Amino acid sequence: MSEAKKPEPRVLPYVLAINEGIRTVLREQDDSFLAGEDVAAAGSVYGYCGGLLDEFGSRRVIDTPISEKGIMGLGVGASATGCRPIIDLMFMDFLGECMDEVANQMAKMRFMFGGKATLPVTVLTMGGAGGGMAAQHSQSLEAWLAHLPGMKVVMPSDAYDAKGMIIAAARDDNPVFVVLNKQSLAMSMEVPEESYEVPIGEAVVRKQGTDLTIVAFGRMVHEALDAAEQLKDVGLNVEVIDARSVQPFDTATVVASIKKTHRALIVHEAVKFGGIGGEISAQIQEEAFDYLDAPIMRVAAPFSPVPFSPALEKLYIPNAAGIVTKVKETLGL
Amino acid sequence: MAQAKKKTAAKKAAAKKTATRSTKKSVVKKSATKKVAAKSTKKSVVKKSAAKKVAAKSTKKSVVKKPAAKKVAAKARKAPRTVAKKGASNKGPSNATLKAMHLKMLRIRRFEERAGKLMEDGKVPGALHLYVGQEAVASGVMQHLSNEDWITSTHRGHGHLVAKGGEFKPMFAELFGRSTGYCNGKGGSMHISNMDLGMLGANGIVGGGPPIAMGAAFSNQFKGNKNVSIAFFGDGASNEGSVHEAANMAALYKLPCVFVCENNGYGEYTPQADHQAIVDVADRASGYGMPGVICDGMDVMAVYEAAGEAIERARSGGGPTLLECKTYRYYDHVGIRGMGLTYRTDEEVEAWKKKDAINSFEKRLIQLGVMSRKQLDALDAAIGEELEEAIQYASDSPYPTPDQLLEDVYYVKGA
Repeated sequence: MSEAKKPEPRVLPYVLAINEGIRTVLREQDDSFLAGEDVAAAGSVYGYCGGLLDEFGSRRVIDTPISEKGIMGLGVGASATGCRPIIDLMFMDFLGECMDEVANQMAKMRFMFGGKATLPVTVLTMGGAGGGMAAQHSQSLEAWLAHLPGMKVVMPSDAYDAKGMIIAAARDDNPVFVVLNKQSLAMSMEVPEESYEVPIGEAVVRKQGTDLTIVAFGRMVHEALDAAEQLKDVGLNVEVIDARSVQPFDTATVVASIKKTHRALIVHEAVKFGGIGGEISAQIQEEAFDYLDAPIMRVAAPFSPVPFSPALEKLYIPNAAGIVTKVKETLGL
Repeated sequence: MAQAKKKTAAKKAAAKKTATRSTKKSVVKKSATKKVAAKSTKKSVVKKSAAKKVAAKSTKKSVVKKPAAKKVAAKARKAPRTVAKKGASNKGPSNATLKAMHLKMLRIRRFEERAGKLMEDGKVPGALHLYVGQEAVASGVMQHLSNEDWITSTHRGHGHLVAKGGEFKPMFAELFGRSTGYCNGKGGSMHISNMDLGMLGANGIVGGGPPIAMGAAFSNQFKGNKNVSIAFFGDGASNEGSVHEAANMAALYKLPCVFVCENNGYGEYTPQADHQAIVDVADRASGYGMPGVICDGMDVMAVYEAAGEAIERARSGGGPTLLECKTYRYYDHVGIRGMGLTYRTDEEVEAWKKKDAINSFEKRLIQLGVMSRKQLDALDAAIGEELEEAIQYASDSPYPTPDQLLEDVYYVKGA
């Protein structure tokens, strides 16, 4: 299609950006295939695999049984022997069904084999609460994965990053988990049609500020940005960093920011205890303790399973209001 | 207590089930598998019950199993000289093949004996799970494979690697934790591997291998080559969900994969009768939708033939097979004498040793005129020398350097 004038910027929702990311990988890498529950004929329960079976056929877009150990083992075995699989783990909660394949096989095989095995496998999975899906379909378990040497974990917060991170993950020669968010599926923005990578391991400053640094993960970036807007009204100018990558974590970008703002608040949707925020907090105080003017604070989910009742679930998920309160508290306001 | 009674009854039933394994019955000596026992012309109580079982089974099991069982039975009755002539095809294995399988078995046996001694002398760190007694399985299966074919192994993995072509020097170096080991000393016994030989690792997780083997088989099918992958696992692992999932997917996609269950009668220290309600793991094959075959895992020719059929089926697009090899480990779960737990009798061990795969095969080789006793002894001596040389090499080798600790956690471009 040739166009006479500059085309309008193309706006895509997160769900279609995921689709385009997978599609791009399957077009670019002949040794890639997509396998998972309901990804082929049904196009995934989230709809992000729509049309892939038609374009690539059943050799490369494969419906699997509901067998997460088998699916993840397929990813391990196929990637170790020369393929570049994209594995779809329908809900992140299902990690419990395949943690051996993930933790003991996928993450460790290269090291255990003295570097003689390479596992270029990408796992797409869906995390996050907010849909009334209750305790076993709503968790944010990125800390489980980030705790595994050999594993990379990214959390794209928007459509642009979702596409770019899927492509980056698929080109990476390590196992990479791309943790998507089900509440972000309809969130739209400009997404380029061409192939591009969002580098793994690099955080990005979403909003410049001077008074405090918020480090947020996944969908919480948007809550943090909302909070930042509200804080403007009371004369506060906070910086918002989208961590983007949990493992490896971009400590440098965060530390540089804190050296400027002297205060830090970490926001994630996972429960606070044992969440990745504790690790980030420790890293900040190890590297920038002298620059801190206030204790490092966290906003995260309370230490309970994700509740079903909408009333409780709303209470459970960290939000902009909670962030605003915590920022003010940190600043002694 | 009703419950206690129930338990006793269950134990009794279990004991009955494992009767063929029991040392008190002379059956063990005569037959390696219940199949053989069932088909044998001689009578005994145990045999009768086994025969009943077989009769019941034959109706529900696949056609493949019957001829395989027949073969085993036939062999048991016939003179050893039939070995070279018999087989799935009308042409038996060549003398070179027979020698190669014997060499594999003997190399495994001597490697494991030495490794076990080194462990018990405190020269090797960690725990070794030794393959002594089960040599016929690895050797009979691996005889059909090239380096392009993949295998996944178990925690008892040295034998599989030796049979796949693993060399003593880097193997001992790995057991010693030295940088010259196959995994730079970072994997050790339970993760020893060699990608160039098609060996996707021993595995510290019981049931860890089969999903990976299934994935490797998928890879082969995806690429359209004729290579197969073999998942070795034990009767213990046959109760892991991962094995069921892998088997179901392999059958569903008709993958070039063979599931080789080395049923040595124990899941760690627990007798089979106490960990599953079935006697033949191969019974599960029909539930996966693949042929189930039982063979005498103490007879390398029986393994060779049964594995040959299964591998040929896999290579030609016929899908996976569950091949159960009835076998036995002479040593403890860990090490030689192990932890000294009393979970089996010396008599039972001795009874199985009387059916030793290497001894009986050497007799056959001599009878067939393939090798003389003198040649066998010379070969054994040469292996012994190679072992001592390898152990010296390993103990002279450097440990990994501190900077190697963080190496290969990740693939790093250009590193």
